[in-house]
Amino acid sequence: MIFLKRQLPLAITFVMGVVFALQYYIPHPVSEEAITKVSDWMKIISGFALVLGIASVFHVHAVKIRRQAPGWGYSGVLFAAIVITMGVGFWSGGESKADGAQTAFGWLYDYTMVPLQGTMFSILAFFIASAAYRAFRARSPEASVLLVSAVVVMMGRVPLGQFLAPWTWDVTQWLLNVLNSAVRRAILIGVSMGSVGLSLKIILGKERSYLGGGKDQ
Amino acid sequence: MIPASLLFFLLLIGEPVFAGPPTSPEGFRVLDTPNDAGKSLSLAWKASPSDSKDRTVQVWAAKSPPAAFQKVAEFPSNTRYVKTGDFPWWVQPAGKGDHYVKLPSSQAFPIEDGKPYTVKLLTHEGTQDVWSEAAEGVSAPNYFNLVQVNNLVFVLAFTGVLLGSIAAARRNPHIYLRRIAGLDAVEEAIGRSTEMGRPILYLTGSGGMSDVSTIAATVILGQVAKKVAHYETTLKVPHRDPIVMAVCQEIVKEAYVEAGRPDAFKEDTNFFITDDQFSYTAAVDGIMLREKPAANFFMGSYFAESLLLTETGASTGAIQIAGTDSDHQLPFFVTTCDYTLIGEELYAASAYLSREPVLVGTLRGQDISKAFIMSVLVIGTALATAGVMLQTDAFNYALDLFRDFK
Repeated sequence: MIFLKRQLPLAITFVMGVVFALQYYIPHPVSEEAITKVSDWMKIISGFALVLGIASVFHVHAVKIRRQAPGWGYSGVLFAAIVITMGVGFWSGGESKADGAQTAFGWLYDYTMVPLQGTMFSILAFFIASAAYRAFRARSPEASVLLVSAVVVMMGRVPLGQFLAPWTWDVTQWLLNVLNSAVRRAILIGVSMGSVGLSLKIILGKERSYLGGGKDQ
Repeated sequence: MIPASLLFFLLLIGEPVFAGPPTSPEGFRVLDTPNDAGKSLSLAWKASPSDSKDRTVQVWAAKSPPAAFQKVAEFPSNTRYVKTGDFPWWVQPAGKGDHYVKLPSSQAFPIEDGKPYTVKLLTHEGTQDVWSEAAEGVSAPNYFNLVQVNNLVFVLAFTGVLLGSIAAARRNPHIYLRRIAGLDAVEEAIGRSTEMGRPILYLTGSGGMSDVSTIAATVILGQVAKKVAHYETTLKVPHRDPIVMAVCQEIVKEAYVEAGRPDAFKEDTNFFITDDQFSYTAAVDGIMLREKPAANFFMGSYFAESLLLTETGASTGAIQIAGTDSDHQLPFFVTTCDYTLIGEELYAASAYLSREPVLVGTLRGQDISKAFIMSVLVIGTALATAGVMLQTDAFNYALDLFRDFK
């Protein structure tokens, strides 16, 4: 049991980790074919995993409806949406367009999913405003620096701001290209080192928590 | 008679006015493109002082033994030079300043590996044409990309440093770790949720299990779940990826077992919502508004949904801890969360929370490597600047070692 739960996954991780790290240095078509093959396997595994996801969705919402938990009506709406979308999808042969005309499935996607996604995305504009208001309250010297630099950058990025204060363009460029880039690169170097470090820990079997639990059992 | 000053000026601006009739390219050769996947040939020949934009070079190629030649490329003769930085000093298919043209397989002229091809150049200017000698080459795929050997050496060196640091940490486990406020606050956030009798919401980000940040998020989830099991608080982990959900289920279950509370584990702690970005965001926002978790954890990689999630969480008054390597989302997390693990702190979290010498040792290994990179940045900048000021390529031998060649 420990072999199946610990040693085998660690051995697979080590072998695949080393092989695909080396793959980066091998331009030969054999190496390219190997990575394409593994990508295909990943897609197949993802397909099977989707069954797990769907089972989870059904389980969670069926329990909600059975227990009549608060908001269980929404779970009913979810099941109705799944049934209707699947029905319309089968009826349209899974195509969003047929003979150049939009099918019912395509209509359902374009006039329900797309506007709903657009609505969620557009809320971002209001949330940015409220988050900015909170961040720019000059309660400390650091927040004051942030407020001043943000005002300058905003002025430098819009035509009206540049018209009123032309110098903001140069200051904005300096802030973005020098200070901002330097900090971003420092963060990215740290991220890269951390990422390579964690990958090596996983490949070498030093980090095993992702298998469940932190120590050998 | 042209005045000497005018001649000197014309030479200075680099326009060969009296280039004379076109001459055959010198040193023309056809070679297999080095360090590639095959199906490609490369051509190299010496630059000529009479190269100009008015003089064109046509590449004519044929299968050997010569079938009919066909034109496969044409360009002005004063282009396609090898420049500094094109190749590292340890792999030089053509010298600096020479002409170098890569001839990949195309629909018009397919190149097969292992078969010889004959290539010749036609130099054309005005009404005059000059053919070069024909040269033959065979394309072949390579088993190792030699230009990336510096990259491989650094990876091996980094691995060595990491293993050395782990061995050192085993001998002396008392390694100083600077405080990370966001991770110190984990205990506080869980305690607060317990006191308020509200759940804890933990998100693993939008990446799949192949993302290192998602793996880091699942590792931290194990540590959080262990503490949650002690406090008997409700943990909710909504997912975008079914594979991540399956892994997290196992991690949380093991954490409850390790905490000695396997009975408190609930199968529906981890649940799948959808893989659609904004549908998932809407669902999680709904959970936040309906169930009002007292603590929200946002670990892993995020995209545009980050602010939609954290701003909603902030509006419910939850204590929020974020950790991400998505640098573009960091400002949103810093603005809306109480604590943010920036970049590498996300990867260090596992070591910080568990304090296991092996994991802590790797942090020291990373710090040593970072110090090395910082030294290289400073010395490299100085050398590159000196190279420009002194107009010399001598420093490129050192600089090439740290260049990313493809």
